[in-house]
Amino acid sequence: MIYLDNQATTPLAPEAREAMLPWLAGPDSSGFANPHSPHRPGRLAAAAVEIAREKVAALLPSGGQVVFTSGATEALNLAILGSGRKRLAVSAIEHAAVLETAGFADPECAILPVDRDGLVDAEVALPEGLGLLAVMQVNNEIGTVQPVERLTDRARAAGALFLCDAVQGAGKLAAPEGADLIAVSAHKLYGPKGIGALWIRDGLDLAPIVHGGGQEGGLRSGTLSPALCAGFGAAAELALQRMAPDASHIEALWQAALPLLPGFTLNGSAGQRWRGNLNLRRNGLDVARLMSELRDIAFSAGSACASGSGKPSHVLRAIGLSDKEARSSIRLGFGRYTRMTEVVEACTRIAAAAEAQ
Amino acid sequence: MTLPSLYLDHAATTPLLPAAREAMLEGFAIWANPSSPHAAGRAARSALEEARARINASLAWGGEVVFTSGASEALALAIGSCVQPLAAVSAVEHEAVLRHAGDARRLAVDSSGLVSAADCALPGLVAVQQANSETGVLQPLNAIATAVHEAGGFLLADCAQGVGKLVVPDADLIALSAHKFGGPIGVGALLVRDWAMLRATGGQERGYRGGTENLPGVLAMALALEAERSWLDRAVSLRDRLDEGVVAAGGEVVAGATARVPSIGAYRMPGRSARAQLIGFDAQGIAVSAGSACSSGSLRTSHVLAAMGMEPVAAGEVIRVSIGRETDAAAIDRFLAAWREMKGPQ
Repeated sequence: MIYLDNQATTPLAPEAREAMLPWLAGPDSSGFANPHSPHRPGRLAAAAVEIAREKVAALLPSGGQVVFTSGATEALNLAILGSGRKRLAVSAIEHAAVLETAGFADPECAILPVDRDGLVDAEVALPEGLGLLAVMQVNNEIGTVQPVERLTDRARAAGALFLCDAVQGAGKLAAPEGADLIAVSAHKLYGPKGIGALWIRDGLDLAPIVHGGGQEGGLRSGTLSPALCAGFGAAAELALQRMAPDASHIEALWQAALPLLPGFTLNGSAGQRWRGNLNLRRNGLDVARLMSELRDIAFSAGSACASGSGKPSHVLRAIGLSDKEARSSIRLGFGRYTRMTEVVEACTRIAAAAEAQ
Repeated sequence: MTLPSLYLDHAATTPLLPAAREAMLEGFAIWANPSSPHAAGRAARSALEEARARINASLAWGGEVVFTSGASEALALAIGSCVQPLAAVSAVEHEAVLRHAGDARRLAVDSSGLVSAADCALPGLVAVQQANSETGVLQPLNAIATAVHEAGGFLLADCAQGVGKLVVPDADLIALSAHKFGGPIGVGALLVRDWAMLRATGGQERGYRGGTENLPGVLAMALALEAERSWLDRAVSLRDRLDEGVVAAGGEVVAGATARVPSIGAYRMPGRSARAQLIGFDAQGIAVSAGSACSSGSLRTSHVLAAMGMEPVAAGEVIRVSIGRETDAAAIDRFLAAWREMKGPQ
């Protein structure tokens, strides 16, 4: 199988897997303890959690704390609902985890449009009395990199909090420095599923959404998994070390792929983009047929979460595509472990299969 | 000479079963997103659904299974999404229920730690746990379920300490956590009798829980539920041995006459604070706890013991010993020897 769906999830880095193993222990070792227990095995587990927390924190700005969650969806829910802010604005191309939660918190939530390139206008009008602005760093469907730096300044000037969904950018791009709240997910940066984090700027008080034993400073109850934390930490550390070589590898794959796909048009900006995301359309393309003809190539027809539903992508509609154009779009997602030969083979076969339709 | 460490804190978390560990490692290799429509995603989806069916079968649960990050999230989901408002909670619930309880009625327990089923005859959502995490006391959940249902309510049962050991009760919503029965930390489930009992909020798990599913965790949880349970017979006699040993040395068993899950015992050492006991046992490499792990860092007076009418000083002298699959008689004897030494002559 050639895996070209690195926005949906990424393979587990061998280093992350390795880091988890000591904490997946049976009774012959103490590496299974509850990190909230005060006895010695508990304290050892707690130390592993704290080391992992520092490694994740290194991906994020200074001056804040990392709260572990079950993933980015929970982190975004905690940020939006926990902030207590009532007047919200979010971009039209946010992930459902932001759109749905913001709509729940503020039924009048302002939806900020994007242009044909898939970019939010940094000077877009913000609603009066704004409490929280959420704009993602990198879009999951089309890879466009949003002007979050300017938008954080504008949110601050308006007295609002800025929440950044950095799921697709974390470990790949520099962190959104000015944000107040940043959500990340381990399995999008070659870490394990089932863990993510919310970074919270110091001095900002959130209310918890999951109550209980009072872990994570009372912000997020539930026993933390030292294994998942250690895997996340190792993945974060590796991502930081490999940020430059990973980016140049991705750039090379992008440069090789484009000429192999004649007749396809890029969706979203080419320049303001994480180039591991090649979202393309081709007039009249039957995507379902293409996928069934190329079963050994894993690619997406939109975001993985929406793609099961059969609904046209809200992101592709937001950049002005017709339903027909949106339905004739595919997403090829490259990652650290994607080989050049795989990209060449996949793109050649995709182009040939599309041409033959 | 230092003795090898002795783990008697299985109510806080259990060692990962080797088979569950293997399932998890295999799950790491099925890393595609189960919501992806391509072949790799569909393979992950079918592994997830197969595990769900096995969990249904292991638990003899005919309703729905929503995967969560653990019991705390499952309880928050149940209380937050149930179509019926929370009407009452028992006074001995875990904090994961109590902190969501707002001004819902508190159902008192008697000195043996039991809720009265008659008190539970309320419309709305009623939350009563299966086994108490500090004392092991088992609530009469089937009688409670009947009372709740006759009043038109739904029963939410926190079964974190019971699943894997006891039969699933006749409740409508059931929270469980894999790491309490030999599975990994970071995965659990909410069992739902009927989707109509919950409001959907969007996302995965049929729209009842957003977030990419933790497939390795789910696979390991399914395996852990299928593990053989003959150790529970041994646990009954080991816990009897503990109870008798403590009493013979001048201690007290909390709710000793009440039906309890065989893995948990709570013991009072008169004249010695739980904090001092924990430090002493820890120095000897024995891991026990005062109350639940989450609250034991703070060593507050236990709300469970207070609800049973225990005086604060006495309650502050109680520790929890919880046994597991690998615990043997030698472990109990080593603990009892340390207990007797700490207690001193009667």
